Amino acid sequence: MLALLALVVFLVGAPLRAARRAMDPAAGGGLGAGIRPRPHGAGGANRVELEAEREAKYQEIRDAELDFRTGKLSPEDYAAIDAELRVEAIEILNRVEQAERRVEQAERDESGEEPEL
Amino acid sequence: MAGLGFACLLLALGVCVYGIGAALYGVRSGRPEFSDSARRAVYALAGILTIAFAVLEVAFLGNDFTFNTVADTSSRTTPTFYKAAAVWSSQEGSLLLWAWLLSLWSSLALFLTRKRMRDIAAYATAILLGFGGFFIALMVIYANPFATTRPAPAEGVGLDPLLRFPTMGIHPPMLYSGYTLCTIPLAFGMGALLARRVDADWIKAIRRFAFAAWLFLGIGILLGARWSYAELGWGGYWGWDAVENASLMPWLTGTAFLHSLMIQERRGMLKVWNVSLVLATGTLAIMGTFLVRSGVLNSIHAFGGATLGVPFVALIALLIAASIYLVVTRRDMLRSEHRLDSLLSRESVFIANNLVLVALCFVIFWGTYFPLISEALTGQEASVGPPWFDRYTVPLALVLVLLSGIGPVIAWRRATLANARRSFLAPIALALATLVVLLGTGIAHRSFAIAMFCCAAFVFGSVGQEFFRGVRARRAMAGEAPPRALLSLVLRNRRRYGGYVVHIGIAVLFVGVAASSSFQHASELSLSPGQSTRVGAYTLRYVRPTATITPKYDAAHTGSTLSLGAVLDVTKGGRHVATLNPSEGFYASQDASQGTVGSLVGGQPVSHVATDAGITRDVWSAIAPDIEAPALQRIITVGNATLSSEESLVAIGYLARAYLKSPPPAQFHFIVSPLVMWIWIGGLIVFGGGLIAIWPPPSAVRRRVGARSHARAERSLARV
Repeated sequence: MLALLALVVFLVGAPLRAARRAMDPAAGGGLGAGIRPRPHGAGGANRVELEAEREAKYQEIRDAELDFRTGKLSPEDYAAIDAELRVEAIEILNRVEQAERRVEQAERDESGEEPEL
Repeated sequence: MAGLGFACLLLALGVCVYGIGAALYGVRSGRPEFSDSARRAVYALAGILTIAFAVLEVAFLGNDFTFNTVADTSSRTTPTFYKAAAVWSSQEGSLLLWAWLLSLWSSLALFLTRKRMRDIAAYATAILLGFGGFFIALMVIYANPFATTRPAPAEGVGLDPLLRFPTMGIHPPMLYSGYTLCTIPLAFGMGALLARRVDADWIKAIRRFAFAAWLFLGIGILLGARWSYAELGWGGYWGWDAVENASLMPWLTGTAFLHSLMIQERRGMLKVWNVSLVLATGTLAIMGTFLVRSGVLNSIHAFGGATLGVPFVALIALLIAASIYLVVTRRDMLRSEHRLDSLLSRESVFIANNLVLVALCFVIFWGTYFPLISEALTGQEASVGPPWFDRYTVPLALVLVLLSGIGPVIAWRRATLANARRSFLAPIALALATLVVLLGTGIAHRSFAIAMFCCAAFVFGSVGQEFFRGVRARRAMAGEAPPRALLSLVLRNRRRYGGYVVHIGIAVLFVGVAASSSFQHASELSLSPGQSTRVGAYTLRYVRPTATITPKYDAAHTGSTLSLGAVLDVTKGGRHVATLNPSEGFYASQDASQGTVGSLVGGQPVSHVATDAGITRDVWSAIAPDIEAPALQRIITVGNATLSSEESLVAIGYLARAYLKSPPPAQFHFIVSPLVMWIWIGGLIVFGGGLIAIWPPPSAVRRRVGARSHARAERSLARV
């Protein structure tokens, strides 16, 4: 039972030990060294959200085409819906690009302040 | 061993408490290492509970009657398979199963989301550990599966004979997997609301778990129906029992969610509705567990009711209050991003389908919980029976089947009347042709069945047309042969075509329900050997009695001491159709006052149904032999007076011989039901379709691990 307890403490405490090592210069760590968990960054989260939106939009475009090819949409309706969807997709792609740039910039800023040892 | 098991529970409780604290601290203070540590606490919980569950299984398989649960629900004569399944027949064991499955599914969910939605996942971790901690605390305080008694009794009570049915080995784990999986979308939904990130990402992350919950719950419900049909001796598969209803309700709201989430994914609409459905589904799953395990119901399923009612009610009240608070306080973020483009669109059909599903759930909720609430308030027992449920659910089921045929042929966003007319032509023609044929057969008075058959024909027409047109489109695009085109079509559009297969399965299932409930012939009567009766077009003759003794020779392998039955000859128009062998098993009881012989057969008798199942009809039979007949009772009385417990089995041999020599009239129950098998076939089609829809598309897997470049995105834009 003690062995099980020790194993649980070892496994569950691993991220805490890794973070402490990363913060401890004496252990060859310091900020930026070893495993450094990423903060709950808003930029990264936003990018992931946008990627999910983008995937959903692609799916919508594919579905509209399938609806058209299976006779559920007239050519006129399909053309209008497809154009609408592609505009929305491009909008999302632009927002993804902006989010990626923001994340890259944040990472550059971060590494500038805290260079790897 | 018991000490190790209980220590595991205490350690698991400690891990839950730590994990909740670490997850909340991590997300509130922006220190992800604590959130990661909490996630690992869930993995550790899974490991610890696996050990605890293994300890209990070993105790059951090894007949360790020092464990109270083993002594209460197993015995040496219980067959090995049922010993293994007996773990979850007890209150304590089922709570452990719940907590164990929750820890396994939670670990999987958190492992798959370990690199995304860190804040949402941290809250979800705390909530899932909260559920785990709740169930473990129940075991530690009220229902310890590792409680022991020394000295151990020489023999256990044995597994309830009603539960000695093969599917009972997988029915509870399936149902509990469904219930526990329902809590994962709930945890992530609450996490998204707490983190104020109610975007498409969390929906995407939990979609597969919502689907898995739906799938497992559905399989569990179907296996339960099968058990009821083949074991309970009343010949039905659904009795609107409160526990059946409890499992159906989260399945209905889960089905609604699986449809409406597509609208949120595409259009950013129905956010309040979807998050409410997720929270309701999770809460209904907990309420289902409450119904089974709190002992509030006088139902076959609520074995061993205990003192768990108050904690469960407190948890449910907390869940409802938290859900309402979170939805109300986050309502600004849950605003729809778009409006419906047209009432003639697939979105509208999905919304209608959601309303019908939720209405069905509400009716069942009212019929299930109203008697409980009424009894709690007035002190008078109240109940609503199948006719009450049928009055409301039958029309809703008809509309639901009809909608499952309309959805596939309507386009997303907006359809035009001209296209809709073209798409509906073939399905409506098929439905009308079915109506004409049915009216021609003179069954006009069975209006529900006729309406259901027509609706089902409409679904077959619309879905069949969809497959046909899809294959034609693939062939035109890629020049593939029809089988290859069909495969490509389904593989490239798994959710869509998997969903269509599910619709077909639902229609098939309801055809089976409508036919078997509307055109059933049943007879209950007493027969002596040589006598016969007519049921529908079939003649059943009681040829001769049968008897088997001792658990070792029990033909049904359920461990009965004595099994009395009959050989039945089934004929139709003078031609032999089948030979059936229904029987009833008599089991030993622990009641010493019944005497040495009487206690060997004094347990609950259980009917072993015999069925000749076919594609067009089932001939179902059950027997209730008269063990109270004077000749048999005399043997028991004499045996009680003269035989020791070691010798008493001899009297069972005499009982069997006496029954074979001069069998008293036996009570029989015969049912001839058309198309029952299509209920099970429909269920299999539903779950086959579900598997197609849930299976990750290879392109998505590649997308996750590969580069997310614009070039690929552009390619995917052009692909159908």
